[in-house]
Amino acid sequence: MKIVGISGSIVGSKTRTAMDYTVKVIKEKYPDIEATLIDLAEYDIQFSDGRNYLEYEGDTGYVTKMIMEADALIIGTPVFQAAIPATLKNIFDLLPEKAFLDKVVSMLVTAGSSKHYLMVDQQLKPILSYMKAQLVQTYVFIEEKDFYRKEIINDDVLFRIDRLVEDTVLLTETYTEIRKAKEAEYGF
Amino acid sequence: MEKYRMDPSKGMEFGLYTLGDHIPDPHTGERISAEQRIHEIIELAQLAEQAGIDFFSVGESHQEYFTTQAHSVVLAAIAQATEKIKIASSSTIISTSDPVRVFEDFATIDLISKGRAEIIAGRASRVGLFDLLGYNVRDYEELFEEKFELLLKIAQEEVVNWSGQFRAPLKNAAVIPRPKNGSMPIWRAVGGPPASAIKAGYAGVPMFIATLGGPATSFKYSIDAYREAAKRSGFDPSELPISTAGFFYAAETTQQAQKEIYPHVNQGMQLINGRGYPKQQFAQGADTKDVMNVGSPQQIIEKILYQYEQFGHQRYIAQMDFGGVPFDKLKKNIELIGTEILPAIKKYTAKN
Repeated sequence: MKIVGISGSIVGSKTRTAMDYTVKVIKEKYPDIEATLIDLAEYDIQFSDGRNYLEYEGDTGYVTKMIMEADALIIGTPVFQAAIPATLKNIFDLLPEKAFLDKVVSMLVTAGSSKHYLMVDQQLKPILSYMKAQLVQTYVFIEEKDFYRKEIINDDVLFRIDRLVEDTVLLTETYTEIRKAKEAEYGF
Repeated sequence: MEKYRMDPSKGMEFGLYTLGDHIPDPHTGERISAEQRIHEIIELAQLAEQAGIDFFSVGESHQEYFTTQAHSVVLAAIAQATEKIKIASSSTIISTSDPVRVFEDFATIDLISKGRAEIIAGRASRVGLFDLLGYNVRDYEELFEEKFELLLKIAQEEVVNWSGQFRAPLKNAAVIPRPKNGSMPIWRAVGGPPASAIKAGYAGVPMFIATLGGPATSFKYSIDAYREAAKRSGFDPSELPISTAGFFYAAETTQQAQKEIYPHVNQGMQLINGRGYPKQQFAQGADTKDVMNVGSPQQIIEKILYQYEQFGHQRYIAQMDFGGVPFDKLKKNIELIGTEILPAIKKYTAKN
């Protein structure tokens, strides 16, 4: 199983801190899973110009191909101007319409306060559903006060991330199994 | 219709098309050489002709896993190797070509084939060739519209005066040779959605529409929109032929057909578009009301006749070699078309 974690912003450290912990949990608990973190801050990614994702070169091509080859994605995002950052939206724009068909996607959000708690339900989930993702419905919402100098200091948040990882793996395993059984019935 | 060399009273035309893809056979992992692939395409056209198939066309794609970039050269070889089958491009990417050269090439193929050549001009579904051939993908729309217009003008006028944005002007230019009977059919290739179909309608040019998969009724929107647009522009839609193009594969039973072709289609899509063909959608493709013509000969006949009833089109062309399908399977398919499918389709669509 391949899981790709995305840190969806090129500014700040909270999302990266939380995603580092998330990927660490996957690697510790599921050594067989190939887990990779893509921090958008480390790549030079162009804006989508509508071409097929295979036709992008350099960092853009690398990131889109990694995402398309994943069985599951854990998307980490901050809240900017009451929405997901443009850098993350651009990733979605670079991918095909039904890019997340047969993929499990779970979400982790960081924010200054709880003001925009519903941003995920109102904005992120509709995009992912449109792109045909199998969503892990429960997401982890982490506030400024849960961090101190690039570490998560709230045990409840750590527990919630542990559960998010477990749910992501569980849903990916079960969904893959169910889908394979269904496809076997087609007989071709 | 006569202008486009179509005679609907003889029934719907049935053709084959290849994109010239060059993909390993998923069952063996082996890939034949480009040389063998091109020779097999030429032989396929000959076999199609012998089976009574009306039409054969070859496309151009300038990317990995393809081999007929110089599709007009392959078509010239087919013109020489055959005697009566109609031959065309499917499609010629006019956006990144010089319409003068395209017309010269195809008029020549028309002369070699003694009046059997047609041009189907498209916009390309992938954009790698823009870089390769030195064009800016941001001009995607306008490059096509301008060059397609010029191609039509060259076809209609023996002496051309023209100026535009993407090519040097033509002053009293005589583009020669001319096709055998003075003209040859030029079609516009469109994808599924209505937007391009409407443009073809406004221009009053015949339309080739890609119908790979999904309910036939979804494509009917585009076909209706095309005819309406043609009418609004003062053309008579009953004089404008429409052709559909989509996946095809026949075997003894529908189940067998699906089993044999799915790995090819799935791998081909994965390599070329980066996404396989979802099994669930492919399974639905067996339904009579889905446009994908994969199944037993009887099921395919029912599907094509259902599509004919929905679209009232004049030609259907089948893509059956996508994804490294071995040649013996292609031969078997041509045999099933020639002995079972084609006679039934002609019988039900010809006007007695």
